[in-house]
Amino acid sequence: MDNPLVTPEIGMLFWTALVFIILMLLLTKYAWKPILAAVKERETSIEEALNSAEDAKREIAELKSNNEDLLNEARAERDEMLKEARGIKDNIVAEAKTTANQEAEKIVAAARESIQHEKMAAITELKNQVAVLSIEIAEKILKDELSSADKQKAIIDNVVKDINLN
Amino acid sequence: MRSILITITIMLFSLSLLANETEHKAVSSKDEKYNPVPPIMEHISDAHSWHIVGGGHDAIALPLPVILWTDNGLVVFMSSEFHHDTKGHHIVARNGLNLVNYHEKIYVLNDGEEHLDIDEEGKVANVRPIDISITKNVFGMLISMLIVCLVFFKAARSYKGGIKAPKGIASFMEPLVLFVKDDIALQNIGEKHHRRFVPFLLTAFFFIWFNNLLGLIPIPGFSGANITGNIAFTLVLSTITLLLTNLNGNKQYWKHVFWMPGAPVPIKIFLIPIELIGLIAKPFALMIRLFANMTAGHIVVLSLVSLIFIFKSIYMSAVAVPFTLFISVLELLVALLQAYVFTMLSALFIGSAVAEHH
Amino acid sequence: MVGSIAAIGAGLAAIGAGIGIGQIGGHAMDAIARQPEATSKIQTNMLIAAALIEGVALFGVVVSLMGLETGA
Repeated sequence: MDNPLVTPEIGMLFWTALVFIILMLLLTKYAWKPILAAVKERETSIEEALNSAEDAKREIAELKSNNEDLLNEARAERDEMLKEARGIKDNIVAEAKTTANQEAEKIVAAARESIQHEKMAAITELKNQVAVLSIEIAEKILKDELSSADKQKAIIDNVVKDINLN
Repeated sequence: MRSILITITIMLFSLSLLANETEHKAVSSKDEKYNPVPPIMEHISDAHSWHIVGGGHDAIALPLPVILWTDNGLVVFMSSEFHHDTKGHHIVARNGLNLVNYHEKIYVLNDGEEHLDIDEEGKVANVRPIDISITKNVFGMLISMLIVCLVFFKAARSYKGGIKAPKGIASFMEPLVLFVKDDIALQNIGEKHHRRFVPFLLTAFFFIWFNNLLGLIPIPGFSGANITGNIAFTLVLSTITLLLTNLNGNKQYWKHVFWMPGAPVPIKIFLIPIELIGLIAKPFALMIRLFANMTAGHIVVLSLVSLIFIFKSIYMSAVAVPFTLFISVLELLVALLQAYVFTMLSALFIGSAVAEHH
Repeated sequence: MVGSIAAIGAGLAAIGAGIGIGQIGGHAMDAIARQPEATSKIQTNMLIAAALIEGVALFGVVVSLMGLETGA
């Protein structure tokens, strides 16, 4: 062990130990901890970002499917509404038709009635007229018939003859 | 960006060659066989001053503080007081002690003597005070500590103010930090326990890596000290791994050491010493691996440069320079690889100690 | 003289490590060719095994370094 190369010197041992331990403490406090913490923070933030991107993607997909659903629903609703509207229209039309028919029938019936009425009135009037005329005619005839005693006698005779004694 | 990096690398290495060349000139000018071992050893060993250029008393070097704990108390002075002397001739008197620098080791001269007490085998009998000087390696280590702190404090600051992508230096360091945390700590220690050891592994990885890289920069004042190729440095780091492993060992771990399950009783007894040696051998291997790899890298680079001086021919540089460049680039890779291997094996050992049932 | 013997020791260690790491590398290539999807796992284990072998070889180098008398 004479070779100075392989004989450790006390001074170098002392200084190496001192320098290394001081360096380790300094670097641990001011370098390794902040660096590793920053790297770790960055890692987690990247992971978070990736996760949130994934979440966003999933959300978008969900939204898309939701939209699809909504659209389908809307379409179905529209169809239903159309159908309903059509039904309502048909109903309204049908109702209108029946009301119109009824009204028409009513009008016709009223017209018929009034015609009947007018007819009856006309007939009555006619009858009255005929009666008046008949009376006038009969008056004239009677006046004429009863103008002479002969004729009166002839009538009485006739009536008497008709009466006959039963 | 890449081309800039390559240019800088090449520039640095060519500078290293220049530095080496000027340094060796003084030695090679003597008309004798050039011995590359002393300058190489000087480069990879620790020193009390940071040698820049020149030799002998004309050398330019960065003086560093010498801190000694002697029998007469604490002694502090600048290494320039030795006047570049490493032969034990220049005496510095402090606290009633005569101190000399002999091959970058500081000795106390015996009372009344002017020279070291050296026997025929070259062993020095003088007393060595406890030397906790800021040597070249310590200074380099402090520089790299500063750089690591600057880099990571800046990186950490860029994370403030909400979540955003990493920018600038953080974008370069973050993958490495995450690599150490996920591929080294998490994979070898397991989800449950790894968090506790992440600071140690991260610090070890980057400290070793930066020191390795700084050791490759040949410009004095930046670094170039063979810090990770210093056995004391690797000893401290592997001791921390040893302590972390064995202090956190669970029942399962100790059972494997002292009473290997599933083996017949004689083999169990036989395995105890082997396992006990293994406890020490694993961190010991960790220590040797890093030390030897980095030292070997430095030696190879310097040996290739030395070829020019061994052959005493400028044309040799046509071989030496490309090879040096190649090895230096390889060393850039090795710098990272050894930091990785050290951290990885530390994590593996710690993982084996805290692992739950298999 | 001691230096030369130390160099021989280092060289012998390099031979051992060379054979060992060659084996690991070759078999790792086989394994990757057979199962390209397990490349990263194989590479990690290959590096660990290579590092372990290299460690043993470096023991040899360090031991030869210990024997190597340096200094002026």
